[in-house]
Formats: sequence, C-alpha cells, structure tokens
Amino acid sequence: MKGNEAIAEAAIQAGCRHYFGYPITPQTEIAAYMAKRMPKIGGTFLQAESEIAAINMVYGVASAGKRVMTSSSSPGISLKSEGLSYLAGADLPALVVNAQRGGPGLGGIQPSQSDYFQATRGGGHGDYHMIVLAPSSVQEMAQLTIKGFELADEYRMTSMILADGTIGQMMEPVSFDFDIKEAPAKPWATTGTKMAREHNVINSLYLNPELLEKTNIERYKKYEIIAEKEALAEEYLTEDADIIIAAFGIAARVSRNAVNEARANGIKAGLIRPITLWPFPEKVFAKAAEHAKQIISVELSMGQMIEDVRLATQCRIPVSLCYRVGGMIPTPDQVYQAIVEASEKGGK
Amino acid sequence: MIVFEKPKSLTDVPLHYCPGCTHGIVHRLVAEAIDELGIEGKTVGIAPVGCSVMAYDYFSCDMIEAAHGRAPAVATGVKRSDPDNLIVFTYQGDGDLASIGTAETVHAAARNENITVIFINNAIYGMTGGQMAPTSLPGQVTQTSPYGRDVKACGYPVKICEMLSELEGPEYLERVTVNNVANVRKAKKAIKKAFQNQIDGKGFSLVEVISSCPTNWGMTPKEALKWIDDNMIPYYPLGVYKDRSAGILGGKKED
Amino acid sequence: MATKEFLFAGFGGQGLLFSGKVLAYKGLIEEKNVSWLPSYGPEMRGGTANCSVIISDEPVGAPIVLNPDVLVAMNLPSLDKYEKAVRKGGIILVDSSLISRKVERDDVDVYYVTATRLADENGTGQLANMILMGKLLSVLDEYNEETVSAALEKCISARHADMLDYNRKAMETGRNYAG
Repeated sequence: MKGNEAIAEAAIQAGCRHYFGYPITPQTEIAAYMAKRMPKIGGTFLQAESEIAAINMVYGVASAGKRVMTSSSSPGISLKSEGLSYLAGADLPALVVNAQRGGPGLGGIQPSQSDYFQATRGGGHGDYHMIVLAPSSVQEMAQLTIKGFELADEYRMTSMILADGTIGQMMEPVSFDFDIKEAPAKPWATTGTKMAREHNVINSLYLNPELLEKTNIERYKKYEIIAEKEALAEEYLTEDADIIIAAFGIAARVSRNAVNEARANGIKAGLIRPITLWPFPEKVFAKAAEHAKQIISVELSMGQMIEDVRLATQCRIPVSLCYRVGGMIPTPDQVYQAIVEASEKGGK
Repeated sequence: MIVFEKPKSLTDVPLHYCPGCTHGIVHRLVAEAIDELGIEGKTVGIAPVGCSVMAYDYFSCDMIEAAHGRAPAVATGVKRSDPDNLIVFTYQGDGDLASIGTAETVHAAARNENITVIFINNAIYGMTGGQMAPTSLPGQVTQTSPYGRDVKACGYPVKICEMLSELEGPEYLERVTVNNVANVRKAKKAIKKAFQNQIDGKGFSLVEVISSCPTNWGMTPKEALKWIDDNMIPYYPLGVYKDRSAGILGGKKED
Repeated sequence: MATKEFLFAGFGGQGLLFSGKVLAYKGLIEEKNVSWLPSYGPEMRGGTANCSVIISDEPVGAPIVLNPDVLVAMNLPSLDKYEKAVRKGGIILVDSSLISRKVERDDVDVYYVTATRLADENGTGQLANMILMGKLLSVLDEYNEETVSAALEKCISARHADMLDYNRKAMETGRNYAG
C-alpha cells in the first residue's frame, strides 16, 4: 500500500467520515482513495473549490463535533494557514496532512522538509501550535494518522501529519491492527440546541484584550502539558554514540543507512528520529548532549529543525547541518561523509 | 390586545448596530422565520466578518464565527456533518460574500448546497469604517473612493443575484429590501421561503437584502432609506432571480 | 540475499512501475522487508519513469535506489543515465529491441533480451516488461512459480483477471529466453 493510501485508510478506520480537499501533487492519492471509499460507507468526500474552502469545510465539520480531515502539499498548506489559525483560535480538533514538496513559491513537486518552521510554529497568524507528527514509513503514515485524530480530540486542537512526497508515494507493507480510541463526547459542538441547552458558540473573536490574553495563556498551559506528555522520538544506537544524527521522515531513513555504514567502519554514530516535531523531543536531545560529541541535523531544508536541536541541547555541543533542498534527497553516502568529517574534527 | 414581542430565536444581548442600520430588522426577520418554522433547536448559524461579526451573540441557536468570506464553506461542512437533522444558515455582508468570499459563494451555489444564505448588501464596508465595497455604486463616495467610484480604475459593482442566476445549481435567489413596511413584509416572506426550501431539501437559497448604512453613507437614517429607493434599487432591481420549483429558471429577472 | 536493490527505468507507459510492484509483492509474500518507490509527477505522462524496489532481510532504510544491484533498462536514456551507477558485480537487463548499443562496463553481468519484439511476436502486446521480469527472476534463480503467481494476482485487479494469463505467459517467455 502507498503511504498516502495508508493515511486515507487509517483515517477511515479512526472514524473520519468527512474529507475535503483540492488536487495538488504529491498527495492526490489521498483524495482519490477518499473519493472511492467515502460514498460506500456513508461518508462525505468533497472536492472543494480551493484549499481555503476545504479547510473551512473542515472547520464546519469540526464545529459540529465530528472527526474530519483535509490533505494538501506545501503551496496548498500556505492557503490553508488562515483556517489553521481559526481552528486553533476556536479550539477545534482536526487532522491536516502536508505531503511536503520543494518551495518557496510553486517550487517543485519533489519531496522536501522545508515546511518545518511553518508547521512547528503554527503556520498562520497568532500565538498557537499544532501537534506535528512526522512519519518515516508507510506503517507510521497509518499509525500516526490514528494518533493524530486521538490527540486532536484529547486536546481540542489540530494535528498535522508532516510527511513528504517520498513517504507518500512509496509502497511498503502495512498492518492495520490498531486499537483506536473513539472520539470523546463533545458537549461544546454546534449540533443544534434541541431546545435543551444554552446555545453553543464556536468563535475565535475576543474584542476584550484581557479575555483574549487569558484565553491564550490557558491555551499555552495546555501546550505545556502536551510538551510534557506527548513528545516522542526513536533512538537508534545512541547510547554510546559520539556523533548523533538528528533527522525525521525520509531523512531519517537515509541517515539510518549512513549510521550503519559508520558503525561498520568503527565510528560510533547514532540516530535520534523525532516522531513529534511539535512538541519537539527536547529531553532526548538534552540527554544525548551529555555524552555525544557532535550532532548533525540532516534535513531536506536549508536548516530548520537544526534550530530546535540547538535549543534543546542549549548549544552545549556543536550542531552542524547536512542538507539537500529543492526536491533533492541526501544520499546515505553524503550523510556518511558528514559523519566521517565530524568524527575527524572531534568535538566538545 | 397585541403585544409586541422579541422573537425567541434572538438572545437578550443588546445589538451593537448603529442607529438606523437595517441589520436589526433583518436579524429580526431571520429570527421570526426560525421561530415560525419551529427549527431553532436544529439550526446552526454562521456569522461572517464585518458588521454582523457578532451575530453569534444575538441568535439563540448554535452559532459559529467564520473567517472572512468563508461562511458558505463552513456552512457546507456543518450541513454535511448531519444533513438530515441540521438547518444551516449564513449571514453575510457584501464585502464578505461578494468580494473575499466570492469563490465560496459561487461554488456553494453551483453545488446547490442545501443551505440558506442571507446576504446584506449595503454597498459599503461598515465595520472597518466605510471603504468601497464590491457592490458600491459607480460614482459612490467612500473612504477609499474619495472622488467617487471610478469604474475605469476599479471596475463595476458585482450583481450577485444576476450572476448566480446564470448557474444551474441554485434553487432560489431573490433580492429584497427593508426600507419600508411593504418591503419588510416581502423580505420576511423571502427569508422564510429560503429556510423552508432547506427544510424541503430543495437546496441553495439566497436572499439579498438591500440595506442601508446611514453612518458610513453620511446620512440620516431617513435619508438613507430614500437613497435605497433613488440609487440602490435602480441599480439592483428587486425581485425573484431564480426559483426552480416555481419554474423561474434564471438568466433574467422576473418581478 | 541480505539486501537487493532494483532499479527499473524507461519510458512512461512501459509498465515499469507495474514490474516493480510485482517484484515487491513477491518479496512481501516471501516474508521479506520490501519498499517500492516510483518517480512521480509530470514524467509519469510519457517522459522517463523509474521505480526503486528494495527487498531485504533487514528493515529497509532509505527507499531510494542510487546504486542498484539490478538495473532493468527499457530505453537508451535510462541505460546512459544509470549504467555507471550499477554496483560492481551487479546485473543489467537491456531491452535490446529498443536499445541498440551494448553495455560498456565489464564488471557487471549483462543480459540482452529483445523483449519488446518478443512481446509483439507472442501476441502479449505490451508485456515486454514482464518478459524482462521473467528473465530477471530466472537469472537470479528466484523464479518461484507459486509466489510469482500470487504476486501477479495481488497486482492485477479482479476486473482485469483476463490479463493474468497473459502476464504469466510473458514471464514464462522471459524465463525461457536464451541470450
């Protein structure tokens, strides 16, 4: 199964019955899958007139308390950013997929990770975050989609799957044996008062600055809890590692090969693969900085996650960048060479 | 004895609208329609960005505040979440519906989305202090057209009912006004019909209400109502532009 | 076979992505770790197309094949582009009815198959890709009729069940091709 299809199938299994989207490469398989399946299971698939309309349809279904999603790729996510901000301001749960491609502007259609800042800093205007999940296999495309819905409902916020063209297009075996948490009751949803309660209002407008401040502070308290409880990373051979690679998604898969190559050549290399990009797994990096000599951030961007790596390690050890951009992907050999170079330089 | 009562579908929150603004009348007509049809408990309203941004405080049904221009898309989501049990309406001004949200409007109409749209056309941006709207008349003086709307530089007004009536999609399009008692009665009938159509599953129903903005037009309320007769209605003729069930198939206005 | 990396390259429409899929499914059925990654985008429509397949006893790392153990080349630009990338001791399969030149390297095993002409002659129309696949599996000594058949069934939808036999036949043709 293709990565993009795994997302779509997992969403359906998570109880999502509403999908809104607009065609853009390289994520169109998600829409195609939904178009095929939704009518057969009593769900809604709707090709919206624009990315902006699609995210606002998501806003509508989320207001009514149902699991809902949209998917797009980088330029489309920029258009959706308005809606992402409103979803955050109204505390609505939703799932958004970004199969990243090269930018800025129209960029290209080949894989990229250059929307890291946009995703982890919120993307739209205002103080807010989304939960950002970074799958690195087709299995994780499915698994993190389900987790994304669960976290979105638990914390009343948007989850974003920050994937890339490669993971979306590739096929790998995937198992759908998941224990899925059903959506909780949503007494705040606009489902009609049935004349049995006060009216519910879904809103992000606060003309009273004191109230807006209070609301934002409350929301950030929630973010603190999420940062404490939900940060997730996979560690590979890090325990005794001198050189640690930080990489997510497709970059992590490439890096894993390079780490194996380094180990085969007697260099103690390891890999930290953040699975949640927000919250960033700071503690894992802080701990690694206690014994490692250097960190190399391997990215399909001009260096975005590297800022979070430096913050998490408080610049105690050198952090360097190994990258390709514009739709190019670093080769295992390129990463291996970076490890060799770092190992020759020493560190600390 | 006749007692003048506030419709149940309006809350007790005092409206913030300027003196002489016709929003209050239209709010009331919408609330009366909801009351009379007995649908308050299943109705979800979508407020726009613009003067009626805080409509969510005024209607006692469930309400959602949408981003500028996106109300028809939000309404689409809400309606599709439970099409058999929810009645969904949007309440939008001219900047919201006919400028920034034109695409959402046109496509919700083209899909014959089973929703009700109340469109307040007062030919100006009120909330932000009187800028030129997509529906401002040629020559109309506003803050951003201080020498009058120059159609050579900024084009002609958008006529929503005429434009949408060319589409196969929508069920019902009517333009009304509320500048005198007779017209208020006609507007009430149109608004109620736009909700009834949704109950009957007929589809996209839009009522354009030619409204006044004495504050930003720089007139007294009375002058503003007359200005509607003298200037707005000649440019925006009242009437039914489409009513599929009644055999009025659009393309031209029928009185 | 610890890890084997395959690259299928040619024009869009030659069925290269399909060949890759059959190979990946065969690996999956044989309980290997597999990945299949197409090039995607405008080149799907008529330009060059390629797909990476990795079959391994270990979890697959990077899914992009840069230095294949096996290259299946179905047009000249693909051979020109990837010939040098093939690992020493690797294998190159060439559709010699479409590519007239010979492989220049002498440190790889090369098989020339007039696949497209054979496909035409045998009435299996566009299945040059599967003729090459048959040859490839036989060269690798991996032609397991049972798993090949199961993989084909996975890749051909029930709607096109009539194509199953054609594919099997094409693969047999490739398997028995001496050259």
